[in-house]
Amino acid sequence: MREPLFHISKRTEIALVKAWLIRIAAIALALVLCAIVTFALTGLNPLRVFATLVDGAIGTARRRWSLLQGTAILLCISLAVTPAFKMRFWNTGAEGQVLAGAMATATCMLFLGNRLPSPVLFPIMFVCAVIAGSVWGVIPALFKAKWNTNETLFTLMMNYIAMQIINYFVYQWAVPKGSGQIGIINGDTKAGWLPAIFGQSYLCNILIVVVITIFIFIYLRFSKHGYEIAVVGESENTARYIGINVKRVIIRTMLLSGAICGICGLLIVSGTDHTVTRDSAGGQGFTAIMVSWLAKFDPIVMIFVSMLIIFLQKGAIEISTQFGLNKSFSEILTGIIIFFIIGCEFFINYQIHFNHSRKEAKA
Amino acid sequence: MKKVLVALLAALLVLSCLAGCGNGGKKEEANGKTVKVGFIYLHDENSTYDRNFMEGAKAACKAQGVEFLEKTGIPETNACYEAALDLIDHGCNVIFADSFGHESFLAQAASENPDVQFCHATGTTAHTANIANLHNAFASIYEGRYLAGVAAGMKLNEMIESGAITAEGAKMGYVGAYTYAEVISGYTSFFLGARSVCPSVTMQVQFTGSWYDETLEKEAAQTLLNNGCVLISQHADSMGAPTACEEAGVPNVSYNGSTISACPNTFIVSSRINWQPYFEYMIQCVKDGKAIDTDWTGSIATGSVELTAVNDKAAAEGTQAKIDEVKAQLEKGEIHVFDCANFTVGGAAIDSYMADVDTDEAYTPDTEVVKDGYFHESEFRSAPYFDLAIDGIEQLNAAY
Repeated sequence: MREPLFHISKRTEIALVKAWLIRIAAIALALVLCAIVTFALTGLNPLRVFATLVDGAIGTARRRWSLLQGTAILLCISLAVTPAFKMRFWNTGAEGQVLAGAMATATCMLFLGNRLPSPVLFPIMFVCAVIAGSVWGVIPALFKAKWNTNETLFTLMMNYIAMQIINYFVYQWAVPKGSGQIGIINGDTKAGWLPAIFGQSYLCNILIVVVITIFIFIYLRFSKHGYEIAVVGESENTARYIGINVKRVIIRTMLLSGAICGICGLLIVSGTDHTVTRDSAGGQGFTAIMVSWLAKFDPIVMIFVSMLIIFLQKGAIEISTQFGLNKSFSEILTGIIIFFIIGCEFFINYQIHFNHSRKEAKA
Repeated sequence: MKKVLVALLAALLVLSCLAGCGNGGKKEEANGKTVKVGFIYLHDENSTYDRNFMEGAKAACKAQGVEFLEKTGIPETNACYEAALDLIDHGCNVIFADSFGHESFLAQAASENPDVQFCHATGTTAHTANIANLHNAFASIYEGRYLAGVAAGMKLNEMIESGAITAEGAKMGYVGAYTYAEVISGYTSFFLGARSVCPSVTMQVQFTGSWYDETLEKEAAQTLLNNGCVLISQHADSMGAPTACEEAGVPNVSYNGSTISACPNTFIVSSRINWQPYFEYMIQCVKDGKAIDTDWTGSIATGSVELTAVNDKAAAEGTQAKIDEVKAQLEKGEIHVFDCANFTVGGAAIDSYMADVDTDEAYTPDTEVVKDGYFHESEFRSAPYFDLAIDGIEQLNAAY
């Protein structure tokens, strides 16, 4: 009988050191491939390109702050989608939930910004953002719980509705007329802007996300809710058998997911851009899905993954600035690195057996 | 054990980053003589709009012998503010951004960095913002559009004479981005140029609600073609409308630059703003330590408003000669694009109009812009403010 050259089996366990060795080897291989591609396509010295990538991400104090800020926003959305993912509720609607929070925040800043004192304004903004985000998240959950609709498509469609709502209002409130832009809101009074701490305008965002990270970590790991989410994710029948109200868990978890996305919308509008457009979330609602998966739903690992992604993104911009290369080129490099990182998880979860060695063993 | 290790590593990483952030960024002093320019672009060279700026920037910096850095793909968000500050960190003492939505982020960076000059194309607020180092620039592109309109009118006349269409069938289509003054001023001048040689012309305008959306622009052009438009022009930045025209074999008058390579059979001519004169002026001012104009409006005379070469394959005979003739008249001031004798609004001629020149949220009309019998476009600020709906032009979807 002809046997294939190798076969694959699932690993039962892998030593932590070995897993990390595989990951480091994957990144090293990715860098080698990037170097070859760089040289072949541009003729530039790959080492200089890598140095520029690092410089673009952490070369100056401003860039390090910007890296932390970008990480915080991406991490926040990744944390938001995680409880739903753990429950095997495929929430692809983070983009729309963030936009709903962003729109609510911007509306408060526009219409209440210069009328209310900050101690009153901020709680109102916060509550509105949370409500908007969780409403956007809970609608698909209600349909899923009640009629078992497909949540992947439903949440995805909700993204486009959110974008169009923003488009509509941005056009209505555009300055100057017809320009399709709101511009910075309350630029003169800074009403509704999250305050700078120690002169750092991003520190407030970062601290809020640190708190959310700790909260999600504890919530998933040590709370009864977290346990229920894990059981529903493993098997809905088991959950029902042990008396968990599955519908309630789905709705509750999506309320939480949406609420955190709403807070992220607040951080983007009130703490970063100070305006709202359909691109306010910038596609990060989708990147966050990848981050959450790559981190295997572990909030602490998510810190690293989101930082890595932002690191690569910032580095990529610098490469195109320094070498006059099209931005697509640096995206090729980023793509190669992420592909290897995702791909190496296969070798951590599975083992490859070459069949000739087994024959030798038999003989 | 594993979790503890991971948590420790995380804490270490965050701490090291925070510690690193404490060091001040290096900041090179601008000494008034060496100039380094930082450019911020919304897209990259794949957008006709941005490519037009990028080519001007390269040429101007080479001519002036100065260094420059470019950042492409910068959205109209806080990323623009960050890009500006990053360019300053790298020694740039004059920053230029090319997209309308960059303006408020540029203004924020300008008010925090008074030693650096900030120049912005298409913006409207520099003359009221009270920020000394923030400057707007534009060009009297309505004159270029008018000339392009003359070329369109010549083509329509040719089609009428050859019997391809009737005089009443001389209907043009126009793909616009938004119902924004810049767009309205553009298509109205284009229309008036065409009507100056082809009196029976009418025009339909379809808006896309986006400055750059290839699919929407192509669809809009398609709608106009289905409505019986026999010539198309556009004010949106992708190749959507020109390609739709090439596929349908309908003549196209383009914007931002020649599209002859993609549309060899249908491209007639294109008007464009040449930004090189402004960039050179801006660099010269910084070299000499002179103030840059708060509102700078380029013109045909400064070399800022240009028409590309006419494509003889698609254009009517004698188009180039006619363009040259009308161009000379415009330069001498013998004719005015928005001459009130040449258009009516709601059936009546206008002799007075208050425009919203000083941008505000309530769109308050604040400046009388009609005198000496014509509408004075781009004189009270560089960005256009002509937003009248004149007779003969039909807006198909004014929702945007």
